[in-house]
Amino acid sequence: MSLLQVRDLKTYFYTDAGVVRAVDGVSYDLKEGETLGLVGESGCGKSVSALSILRLIANPPGKIVGGEIFFEGKDLLKISEKEIRNIRGNHIAMIFQEPMTSLNPVLTIGLQIGEALELHRNMNKKEAREEILRLLRMVGIPDPERRIGDYPHQFSGGMRQRVMIAMALSCNPKLLIADEPTTAVDVTIQAQLLEVVKELTSRLGTAVMLITHNLGVVARHVNRMAVMYAGRIIEQGPAAEVYAHPWHPYTIGLLASVPRLDKPRKERLVPIDGQPPNLILLPPGCSFMPRCSYRMEICSKERPELRPVGDGHFTACWANMER
Amino acid sequence: MSGQYIIRRLLIMIPVLLGISLIIFTIVRVIPGDPAVVLAGPHATKDVVDQVRVQLGLDKHPVKQYLLFIGNIFKGDLGNSNRTGLPVTKEIMARFPNTLILAFASILVATIFGVTTGIIAGVKQNSKFDYLSMLVALFGLSMPVFWLGLMLMLLFSIKLGWFPSVGAESFKHLVLPAITLGANSTAIIARMTRSSMLEVIRLDYIRTARAKGLSEKVVISRHALKNALIPVVTVIGLQTGTLLGGAVLTEIVFAWPGIGRLLVEAILSRDYPIVQGVVLVVATMFIFVNLIVDILYSVLDPRIRYH
Ligand SMILES: Nc1ncnc2c1ncn2[C@@H]1O[C@H](COP(=O)(O)OP(=O)(O)OP(=O)(O)O)[C@@H](O)[C@H]1O
Ligand code: SF4
Ligand SMILES: [Mg+2]
Repeated sequence: MSLLQVRDLKTYFYTDAGVVRAVDGVSYDLKEGETLGLVGESGCGKSVSALSILRLIANPPGKIVGGEIFFEGKDLLKISEKEIRNIRGNHIAMIFQEPMTSLNPVLTIGLQIGEALELHRNMNKKEAREEILRLLRMVGIPDPERRIGDYPHQFSGGMRQRVMIAMALSCNPKLLIADEPTTAVDVTIQAQLLEVVKELTSRLGTAVMLITHNLGVVARHVNRMAVMYAGRIIEQGPAAEVYAHPWHPYTIGLLASVPRLDKPRKERLVPIDGQPPNLILLPPGCSFMPRCSYRMEICSKERPELRPVGDGHFTACWANMER
Repeated sequence: MSGQYIIRRLLIMIPVLLGISLIIFTIVRVIPGDPAVVLAGPHATKDVVDQVRVQLGLDKHPVKQYLLFIGNIFKGDLGNSNRTGLPVTKEIMARFPNTLILAFASILVATIFGVTTGIIAGVKQNSKFDYLSMLVALFGLSMPVFWLGLMLMLLFSIKLGWFPSVGAESFKHLVLPAITLGANSTAIIARMTRSSMLEVIRLDYIRTARAKGLSEKVVISRHALKNALIPVVTVIGLQTGTLLGGAVLTEIVFAWPGIGRLLVEAILSRDYPIVQGVVLVVATMFIFVNLIVDILYSVLDPRIRYH
């Protein structure tokens, strides 16, 4: 059975300019111990779909308007506040995308890591301290005895992200959602952080949902990948398969522009000509149509749904690619 | 926060207070009215007035007067009151505790009510409590101190008889003046706390705290409050300063025997030494409050370090 089953998830933001359909009917599965890569351009809804799992969408303006999120068979969207709190940080943990602002500036990192231990693992202060030191050592923070009482501003972006990793793994979650930082951390540090996450989660058998811009990363580190565009998954399947035989023109474009580790990375990955569509006024047909060089008549009229194109490989595109 | 820093801040007080003393010394002498004439009375002859002027030392050149004034300050002597002949320090000391009590009670009331209201209003944004409390706060802001004082007095002492209307004999006497003087500050602190809370509550680290599974109570009290209070501390400090000014009106309305009333009486009778003394004492208080605010700041926010 799947650990996580997301079905037709819809998360909208109600803004003055209109309804932003940030996540508009997303479905995927994640098995125990499996790693899923979620990729796509900036603003396509990766973070919002991840935050929706833990019901961390700020309301207002955001609201999960539809769908189901089954975690170990329970629909996270239907359980009580108390029940979801027992899942947060305990069974499902998240590493946020913003290393500079995700830690509380006025509390020591020791306190911030210890909170979850005291809450979910019923540790007392002394036990928690030992465990915090162990966690800090585990994520590679030097001199933990001295650092445990330091405040976030005394750490670099990369070190703060390590603190976040320690915090997220502190209660041995079954699922870790790791939203890769796109700013404040350079590409080498990012690769190191990913190694830390990968090493620890494979040791602990944690399932990981890895959100990233970097397709090179996805190819090497994940079992399966899902490509998002304008709030929807437009292609998903086994990472090796999608990598070798991309079907959707958007995925093809993304892969053609994979940034290489030996070259400096661009601020934001803009792989294909044109801009992603306005999520308030989505066109009726395929959202990728304006930028697609394979477009056909039907593309502007009817929206393509995901359909199987290989073993466990799905795509939402009308075109029949010649292989 | 180093001890050295505090010492340096205390040393800076000296030139600041010297500046203030010069300004107030000049102002009292520029406003129309001759203390000698006031003191000698309306029917006094010119000779008598001149004699009084010599007694008060006002016949000397102003520069000499100022230097004398400053020299005496360093000896702890603020001169004598024109009217009573008693040392200014004695006159002020007799009244100052009353003002301190009133100001302290007011800022305490304002902080407790303001911060609590602001937190609840911010956490429960757009609730009935939020709307109602912010409406009341708006009233609190626009109400003149003396008007509010008179209204409270009318209702609670004259009509209901719950509290005495004037004087400073007991704790009961303190209630109405403290509320009157603190009303404005309560409103300002409540609004500031609310907006600060609203700002903090949507920040990334609050989301991190929620993602750990912490209850909303812990998220607010441990993660949001301390951050939200940092700007509020500044406002409370500023309000304490403003309050000392507001005390004058409150003290008059409720016949509260503090230095505010002393100041007004002294101005009316052109009692220069008292006016100068009161202003210097209030200014010193103001500077101390600022120093305390800065110290509190560094306690709340570890990113702030003074050197
Ligand atoms: N609070 C909000 N109010 C309005 N719109 C929002 C809000 N949060 C997110 N959105 C919108 O939802 C869409 C998806 O945002 P999301 O943060 O999920 O993008 P992302 O795929 O994570 O991008 P990135 O790769 O830059 O992190 C964006 O278009 C964004 O404008
Ligand atoms: S459905 Fe049409 S427009 Fe959309 S990606 Fe496929 S070919 Fe291009
Ligand atoms: Mg994101």
